[in-house]
Amino acid sequence: MDVLRGTFIIAFKDLRVELRSKEVINAALSFALVILLLFSFAFDPSAEETREISGGLLWLVFIFAGILVLNRSFARETVNDCLDGLVASPLSGAPILLGKAVSNTVLLLVLELVTLPIFGIFYNVRWTVGLGWLLLVLLLGTWGLTVVGTLFSALTVNVSLREAMLPLLVFPITLPILMAAVQLTTTLFSGEPIAPDMVWLRVLIGCDIIFTVLAGALVESVLVG
Amino acid sequence: MSAAPLISAKGVWKFYGDFAALRDINLDVAPGTTLALLGRNGAGKTTLLRMFAALSSPSRGSITISGAAAGAQETLRSPAQRRRIGVIGHSIWIYDDLTAAENLEFFARLYGPRAPHEKIEHWLKTTGLDHVRNRQAREFSRGMRQRLAIARAFFHDPEILLLDEPFTALDDRAADLLSRLIKQAHAAGRTTVISTHQLREALALATDVAILDRGRLAFRGPSTDDLRAAPEDFYRAYTEPRA
Amino acid sequence: MKNRSSAILAAASGVMLVITLYLTFLWVPMERTMGVVQRIFYFHVPPFFVAGAAILAGLVASIRFLITRDYRFDDLAVSAIEVGWVFDSINLVMGPFWARPVWGIWWTWDARLTSAFVLWLMFAGYLILRRAVDDPSARAVMCSVVVIFQAVGGVIVYMANRWWRTQHPQPVMGGGQGSGLDPRMWYVFLFSLATMLVLFGALLQTRRRLERLRREIDGLRRTVHSEA
Repeated sequence: MDVLRGTFIIAFKDLRVELRSKEVINAALSFALVILLLFSFAFDPSAEETREISGGLLWLVFIFAGILVLNRSFARETVNDCLDGLVASPLSGAPILLGKAVSNTVLLLVLELVTLPIFGIFYNVRWTVGLGWLLLVLLLGTWGLTVVGTLFSALTVNVSLREAMLPLLVFPITLPILMAAVQLTTTLFSGEPIAPDMVWLRVLIGCDIIFTVLAGALVESVLVG
Repeated sequence: MSAAPLISAKGVWKFYGDFAALRDINLDVAPGTTLALLGRNGAGKTTLLRMFAALSSPSRGSITISGAAAGAQETLRSPAQRRRIGVIGHSIWIYDDLTAAENLEFFARLYGPRAPHEKIEHWLKTTGLDHVRNRQAREFSRGMRQRLAIARAFFHDPEILLLDEPFTALDDRAADLLSRLIKQAHAAGRTTVISTHQLREALALATDVAILDRGRLAFRGPSTDDLRAAPEDFYRAYTEPRA
Repeated sequence: MKNRSSAILAAASGVMLVITLYLTFLWVPMERTMGVVQRIFYFHVPPFFVAGAAILAGLVASIRFLITRDYRFDDLAVSAIEVGWVFDSINLVMGPFWARPVWGIWWTWDARLTSAFVLWLMFAGYLILRRAVDDPSARAVMCSVVVIFQAVGGVIVYMANRWWRTQHPQPVMGGGQGSGLDPRMWYVFLFSLATMLVLFGALLQTRRRLERLRREIDGLRRTVHSEA
């Protein structure tokens, strides 16, 4: 079966199911707002120092709220053991993984694009300058985190303490993606040119490629055993 | 005349650590037969059936399925081969958040190039679900969900049916439907493997019998009249008594 | 068989450890600026390299397991990760004991320490996952996949941290690698590293044997339960 076609069938199914209940996206958005509230006490929003760490703060919000989305990804296939139904079908592992990674990325981007303006208001951060670059960073950073997170969601689907295991496993591995995204975002928020940070853009792209290939190669073992 | 086997397990072992759940299974399923795979709980029936369904792989040995061309053997993991298989497992494999029609449409698209509208209608009617086609599966009664699962499995007209304990927990209507469909499939020359520990129902439908006992293949042969007359005796003869 | 090799390695590492202690405290010259505290360097740094070797060993073993499905490679992988975790812990715990008297800070986020900490978290994640899964077949596959990701990720983490810290300079503890080291200090460092590697080997063999026995017992337990 065509990998591309399979990817979109799975992605559309996941998004349709999510749109019906809107469970995860509501929970993630609410959680993001709670984190923003907590940060306002931990970090003085008006201070100059906060501006320097603004990129870091934003991505922390994204990853903590985003992990809810990633956890749910394969967890929702355990109801009625639908995952078996997918694996037994002519679909191979790659479209299942990529399809879910695509739908997760879409959900996370929705989360990020809603959180971003709110963050801008709460922390007086100008995010409209260099918007094109910012969107690119959001996309690349999100994809890298998502593809690893989705694979590990499949891996931990039957493990107890799944919710705690996923961040513990995913974040140390995807740390370079986070570092690159934070560095680029902070530079963009401060209005400075992005040229000196090009190495981080290359890190992002490189990590995305490496982790996508690795996940695609290992997904069959994870799903079939 | 013996035909080349359709599905074959050759030298199959399955290990969980040091524990062997399946030991050196050599089992051929000829095309057009209905095989009853018998054995107690824990004998390895589900493990073997999951391998036939490409849901898990053997630790040693191989599972092969013959290609459309005579004599061609491919491994089961290829998508083309999995398209020929329909599975009913322990769970129903249905999405609660999708409607009956959407569920069938989704699985149809996984198994074929399109989701033909008429075919979906046909199966919704056959399973008596056409009046709830636009209701989400979570609203269905147990019997309705089971019938939807049956529709899902038979929808793409599979050559090979793998049914794992299919009659457990089916209501009368669903059990009736399933028996009918299995008989129809057999009449159409399809191959079926039914794993069960309910002897009578399986033997009523089966042409061949295989018994698994503690991971080993204890018996393999055609289903005879004597066998059907006294299934419990026959079964006991081939399985070792428990301590 | 394994009994003997681990006994030999254990004996060898015992001897080498004594020699290392002698070299560290009685043979190597005193470091000019830091004084006697600097000698911790010979015990604090080598374990980090051992931990790095451990995850690479885990990587190779995991790949081999996924290809062959031979559980002996799974034994090797879990042993390497677990023993590597111990060595990484030694590295992390000793760091502050050196840093505080010399530089006045307990910790710094330089490339090496950050990587050591990330590695520690990776090991911990693996070990926790291991305990959370009962099915040996699924567990071995899962853990193999995790290690492959962690090893690849770990290498990228180390490189990325070096770039990061060049942009956000932090005090680098211990100077750069081998910066201005007296050749005698080099010898002791290398000898200590060799000692640690031999000790790693001894512990690895013992742990492998333990895992093999556990597997046997688990197999017997499952057989008994299946008969009941």
